[in-house]
Amino acid sequence: MVQHTIRDQDVYAIAMHHRFQWEEAQQCYVILFPEGMVKLNGGAGEVLKRIDGKCTVAEIVADLKATFPDAPNIEEDIMGMFDLAVGKAWLRKVS
Amino acid sequence: MAQVNNGVSASATQTQPLWLLAEVTYRCPLHCAFCYNPTDYDKHTKNELTTEQWIQALRDARKLGAIQLGISGGEPLLRDDIEDIVIEAKKLGYYSNLITSGVGLTEKRIQAFKDGGLDHIQLSMHDITEEINNFITNTKTFELKKKVAAMIKSHGYPMVLNVVIHRYNIGHMKEILEMAEALGADYIELANTQYYGWSLVNRSQLMPTKAQVDEAERVTNEYRAKVDGKMKIFFVVPDYFADRPKKCMNGWGEVFMIVTANGDVLPCHSARSLPNMQFPNVKDSDLGWTWKDSPAFNQYRGTSWMKEPCRSCSEKENDLGGCRCQSFLLTGDAEAADPVCTKSPHRHLIDEAIVNAQNPQLQAQPIIFRNDKNSKKVLEGEFQERLAAFHALP
Repeated sequence: MVQHTIRDQDVYAIAMHHRFQWEEAQQCYVILFPEGMVKLNGGAGEVLKRIDGKCTVAEIVADLKATFPDAPNIEEDIMGMFDLAVGKAWLRKVS
Repeated sequence: MAQVNNGVSASATQTQPLWLLAEVTYRCPLHCAFCYNPTDYDKHTKNELTTEQWIQALRDARKLGAIQLGISGGEPLLRDDIEDIVIEAKKLGYYSNLITSGVGLTEKRIQAFKDGGLDHIQLSMHDITEEINNFITNTKTFELKKKVAAMIKSHGYPMVLNVVIHRYNIGHMKEILEMAEALGADYIELANTQYYGWSLVNRSQLMPTKAQVDEAERVTNEYRAKVDGKMKIFFVVPDYFADRPKKCMNGWGEVFMIVTANGDVLPCHSARSLPNMQFPNVKDSDLGWTWKDSPAFNQYRGTSWMKEPCRSCSEKENDLGGCRCQSFLLTGDAEAADPVCTKSPHRHLIDEAIVNAQNPQLQAQPIIFRNDKNSKKVLEGEFQERLAAFHALP
């Protein structure tokens, strides 16, 4: 269930003091922050790597739909990922 | 994309040292009674790794998958090459953390750390009162810590505070949290003392009562609800007052690797207190072999080393039998169940320790502060009685 209000025109960036990077040894994206790290699965990594402080949520959804045309319910999944990432404070809202 | 909604993987890869702790020196200007460093650390103060050896160790660990780097000690700022280590860590892609008392942190150095790419600084604080701060650290550092906290904040770093909790400050939890909030802390870890090294020999002088711990946790939960996520508060529950042991280091040789000042590579901070163990050293052993294949790192990996009551325990995967060092220090048997566990035949040792900590005669014993003089005395055979009580003779 979506807890946070995430609108199509919102723009997000990776939160202050957090770092998002590809890890060769683990073959996955990770989010790093003081005292912790989270390994992201492929889908979550695809969403997070598009969050750059410039693209809107709608643009990211459109891009992912175009990249993964056969994925079912993709929009719901993406919004769920945004909701999780905002809830965990991995993202900050730019505008 | 089907799993994106559950995108967080909580489990770490079993065979990679994701966390590297670099204990770059055991020298320290503070003399904290609760320090977990080895009481015989003085023998490791003259043979520290060089800058080049540290850089090589960082490179080798990164290849094995290490990401989170803690630069600790002792007081790491007593080395003048932390700036070089930070630059290399950044280059290699580590998320790096300087764990410091703040002594030796100047405007010049913090600017160099910022420019070099250090990600955050964890500052130890001790109490809201100058009296307790200066007493427990055996130094006059109270005012300095407040200045350093402001410096960290002004350089745009997240404010990460660590407060070790013991009998002398456990009654000040609300005030400590208020101080942290006023300093602009983003994270605060309230770490109840764990009993290893110096804190073990001072256990009866440091341990609070169960009622004090319960009250501290209640105050912390109340404060957490009040700040509503603006300051993240971690309360590390003291295992003596629990009925199951901690999953120490998240498992032996699972995700943590420690390189000590002299280059020994350990699966946990106190591993050298265990008997009959040979820990590889970065000066003469390949780090990949050390992590994957060395006898020391395989000794307590997984569950196959266990004996009863752990072996047949339905909960053995939850805590992996607890802490090997605590088992040895308290029972004399490194393969015994952690005596914190109520299923352990040695649980009475924990219960007795809790009772003894309220014994006025034991409380009145002097604190043995962590300093070079006392460490030399340990090596010369003094404090035998206090050390022998814990199978902790050097």
